[in-house]
Amino acid sequence: MPTTAPAHSLSDVTASDSTLRRFLHGLPGVDAVGLEARAASLGTRSIKTTAKAYAIDLAISMVDLTTLEGADTPGKVRALGAKAVHPDPTDRTTPMTAAVCVYPDMVTVAKEAVAGSDVKVASVATAFPAGRTALDVKLADVREAVAAGADEIDMVIDRGAFLAGRYLKVYDEITAVKEACGGARLKVIFETGELSTYDNIRRASWLGMLAGADFIKTSTGKVAVNATPANTLLMLEAVRDFRAQTGVQVGVKPAGGIRTSKDAIKFLVLVNETAGEDWLDNHWFRFGASSLLNDLLMQRQKLATGRYSGPDYVTVD
Amino acid sequence: MASVFEYAPAPESRSIVDIAPSYGLFIDGEFTEAADGKVFKTVSPSTEEVLSEVAQAGAEDVDRAVKAARKAFEKWSALPGSERAKYLFRIARIIQERSRELAVLETLDNGKPIKETRDADLPLVAAHFFYYAGWADKLDHAGFGASPRPLGVAGQVIPWNFPLLMLAWKIAPALATGNTVVLKPAETTPLSALFFADICRQAGLPKGVVNILPGYGDTGAALVAHPDVNKVAFTGSTAVGKEIARTVAGTRKKLTLELGGKGANIVFDDAPVDQAVEGIVTGIFFNQGQVCCAGSRLLVQESIQDELLDSLKRRVATLRLGDPLDKNTDIGAINSAEQLARITALADQGEAEGAERWSPACELPSSGYWFAPTLFTNVTQAHAIARDEIFGPVLSVLTFRTPEEAVAKANNTQYGLSAGIWTEKGSRILAVANKLRAGVVWSNTFNKFDPTSPFGGYKESGFGREGGRHGLEAYLDV
Repeated sequence: MPTTAPAHSLSDVTASDSTLRRFLHGLPGVDAVGLEARAASLGTRSIKTTAKAYAIDLAISMVDLTTLEGADTPGKVRALGAKAVHPDPTDRTTPMTAAVCVYPDMVTVAKEAVAGSDVKVASVATAFPAGRTALDVKLADVREAVAAGADEIDMVIDRGAFLAGRYLKVYDEITAVKEACGGARLKVIFETGELSTYDNIRRASWLGMLAGADFIKTSTGKVAVNATPANTLLMLEAVRDFRAQTGVQVGVKPAGGIRTSKDAIKFLVLVNETAGEDWLDNHWFRFGASSLLNDLLMQRQKLATGRYSGPDYVTVD
Repeated sequence: MASVFEYAPAPESRSIVDIAPSYGLFIDGEFTEAADGKVFKTVSPSTEEVLSEVAQAGAEDVDRAVKAARKAFEKWSALPGSERAKYLFRIARIIQERSRELAVLETLDNGKPIKETRDADLPLVAAHFFYYAGWADKLDHAGFGASPRPLGVAGQVIPWNFPLLMLAWKIAPALATGNTVVLKPAETTPLSALFFADICRQAGLPKGVVNILPGYGDTGAALVAHPDVNKVAFTGSTAVGKEIARTVAGTRKKLTLELGGKGANIVFDDAPVDQAVEGIVTGIFFNQGQVCCAGSRLLVQESIQDELLDSLKRRVATLRLGDPLDKNTDIGAINSAEQLARITALADQGEAEGAERWSPACELPSSGYWFAPTLFTNVTQAHAIARDEIFGPVLSVLTFRTPEEAVAKANNTQYGLSAGIWTEKGSRILAVANKLRAGVVWSNTFNKFDPTSPFGGYKESGFGREGGRHGLEAYLDV
């Protein structure tokens, strides 16, 4: 891992397709068995009592509460926004979620729904989830979302270009989107399930960070394999090493497939013991999830009252 | 260790295990006092609390136990293999059923973290009995000729670092092949062997097939020297192993020795770095480094030394040392005051000889036997810490320039038990592995164990193999 090299050493990496390829292919390989074993072993940490209470509140505050359906309506998005601001109407000490995450055409509705709160509006863009369209269409998609008030943009990379080895094309697209974002923070989605190998995920992570990603994000939630402890651990190693080398801190967002408090806490343990406590903040770590929030709320009620309430004691939106 | 996300204590409950105030010797299916009435105390290394008082076997008890084993041998060896297998399968299942209890017990008596006894020791113990149970009725097909015969009475002496696992390594193949055993557990960790005696009774194992004699070195010496023992198996220090070899020389006793090690973990510049760091940590800090096959020498290619050591130190700083019963503890207690003194002395010698010592900020508990994870850099082949087995959480870091130099340095030791190779290049793994004089060579992993895989040493690490098909040979008259 190039952790001790001076920060300026990365400036010429993106000079051409071949320098970029040499750099990405020069990153240390990932041993799949070892990576998964490490993720599994951190999954055995036992988080109880005060630590659990801390972790649940932290996890709630890190949720990007998401609806990304063809059937999304203003009513659905408004309900989601209300839930993000007051996740548990019976307990106002419950933290707000970090953001709501919607399609670009729902950004206006979402902004109204969370107005006056700290909840951000994130919008997927760039022809989410496939990303298979022309760059100017993707950029228009981004600009529309930003113009409507999106605080954050979740873009997808061109996996086809990545798998074809055209790294500079992927890089150029990310930088173009970053520019179109203006002041909005950019999350770059790799769709790790389609990149398939851990070596690819490490390369994509560095590629995204070099191109100016504010967050690197596992997946869209629309494919068979989404966030896993192992791919998230790998991306946490990448942001850790990137900061060590460049001084720039980048966030991580696992998305899709994280449904229980137990799972979420395992991810927080990964953050804590890999990237470190600097990432234990919703500015630097998010969960892309929808059903997770209700499980976190039920666990929170259980810790507070000592008994399980059940699904009718949290809101269904 | 992060301060904002402080893990609350998560202790495994002690109430699952019921430790009696005293235990006898297990001879001929009964618990009995020592003939001379001697007892010794076993303490919990993490707190120095006395756990129990255990009968200490003397020469007379050894004789009684060997006689019981001899008597049981006739019927036990005559049983069809499929019948012996039933007992072994039963024992394996009882171990699984009682695994939580045994894990807590082992952690209390040994000092190692519950995470390890729960996730490594106990699953491997059960797996070992299952594996050799499977062999019991297939010995004709093991490659040792038709109807290979057992040896008779096996005298077995085991160490304190993996008390129940070493017992399984010894007893499972012995019983599967039709031998009977007299086993001496280590004086600092006798309890799990005595619980195993109870499991033998629970499984209905015929009397005398397994006999357990707690005691010190003199008990082991008497067992090894007993004229009616046909087979001696020992795991422990090279010094004691040599003594046993001298005792056994000139007799017809068959001998296997599994002794010390100074394993080299070789990290090439094209290694998967994050996983290599994990492997280095596992290699030297698993069971507080009290592992004969520990990767206690790190051989790192000089060109990546600085970045690898940065990563390694950052990782070592996250290790959680403390109450072994806490489910989040990574580093437990050293097994005894004696072992702690040995580790301390060798580490001090390393410092005195000019190697650079590093440990993370790490608060040690006030009672019990503790040693912080320690790295030594600027170590050369000439340093004692590069040559002597420390048997503790102390890693000596050396560098190399070429694969040839890595192999030469890795082999330049009196031992030859284990080695590790870290590279993404498959051809290099095969080329280097072929040149290493070590009984087990791991590639891109370390300290992985499986009952199907033979384990044993070159040179002063011993001879004979335990585990796998090869492990049967030590208990057969072939």
